[in-house]
Amino acid sequence: MDTIPILKLGDFLLVTIQVDMHDRLAMRLQDDLTERIVQVKARGVLIDISALEMVDSFIGRMLANIALMARVLDAETVVVGMRPAVAITLVELGLSLKGVRTALNVDQGMDLLRQLGIRG
Amino acid sequence: MTKIPAIVKQHESELLAEWIARQSAIAGPHGRTRPEPELRAECRTFLNLFQQAAQTGNVSDIGTSDWKPVRDFLQEASTQRARQGYSPVETAMFIFSLKHPLFQCLRQEFQGDGDGLADEIWTGTLLLDQLGLYTTEVYQKSREEVIARQQQEMIELSTPVIQLWHGILALPLIGTLDSNRTQVIMETLLQRIVDTGSAIAIIDITGVPTVDTMVAQHLMKTVAAARLMGADCMISGIRPQIAQTMVHLGVALGDVTTKASLADAFANALQKKRLAVSEARA
Repeated sequence: MDTIPILKLGDFLLVTIQVDMHDRLAMRLQDDLTERIVQVKARGVLIDISALEMVDSFIGRMLANIALMARVLDAETVVVGMRPAVAITLVELGLSLKGVRTALNVDQGMDLLRQLGIRG
Repeated sequence: MTKIPAIVKQHESELLAEWIARQSAIAGPHGRTRPEPELRAECRTFLNLFQQAAQTGNVSDIGTSDWKPVRDFLQEASTQRARQGYSPVETAMFIFSLKHPLFQCLRQEFQGDGDGLADEIWTGTLLLDQLGLYTTEVYQKSREEVIARQQQEMIELSTPVIQLWHGILALPLIGTLDSNRTQVIMETLLQRIVDTGSAIAIIDITGVPTVDTMVAQHLMKTVAAARLMGADCMISGIRPQIAQTMVHLGVALGDVTTKASLADAFANALQKKRLAVSEARA
């Protein structure tokens, strides 16, 4: 089974989702990411979803859950690069991803993490 | 077998003169008439095409391929008139005014033959009626095309997204918001946010006459979608009257930042970007 690579950048973890998410993959990512946060004592997580063309309610909820889990493990999560069509779909589904920080691109996401007082 | 094509060919110059005289009497839009040479060329072309088509012996159905050149010509003429602002009646009169001269010629030809004359007049009437109605149909269609195009243009014009500063977008809305328009607005704004990498967007509703629950809901959705993408969205330009109505109606904008004027929102945006405007030293 394929996995989504998690890159370590200083105190940050960088996750770039390049393939279409299916539910098994999402669950796997959730497991791997929490594992890695603890392992490397990460303070920030950056999830780039600019390649995702479709996000359903399950994936949406999973993103929100990852943010909450990371918060419990003392790491901030920023979701970056959401496409307009995806944003509209999520709003229509009634998912506003409360508690998830967002940024337009990886650059601005990094800035946001640094502003939160986390050293990269 | 009808004699109409033969008669048209034989009396062409008479028909043409009489027909043109009748049409010149009809005023076009703003009381103008069509220029004589243009009208003459048009009438002559039509008579030729008409004669050729009627020659085939098919004088009952203009939907067939025999009449295609005539239909094409009428389509062109009718569309042109619709664009120049002629009314449907004025457009259709181009064909209907041919009836009188044509029947005059028929009367001359069939002197003493009442039955023959009646038959030919009936054939001619049916044929010209079909052609006249065809011009009206084309006229209507070309008008509808104009309306559809204008609607499309209006939608495009109605969503100007302006870049106020690097990373600050403004969307001044004017006119009533309906679901259709809001959808376009939402998509345009979000796309521009991505294109310009702007983290702050201001929606200005100074020009929106009423804000009801539907409009408020649409605005909230846009703001929520922008937030999901990582952009901050503010709403400005809420007039006192509108603020009162909104409260009376129980319309809530949730936790969206609202400002009274676009200037206030812009100042707030600059502050968020840690920028300041100061007076230049003399």
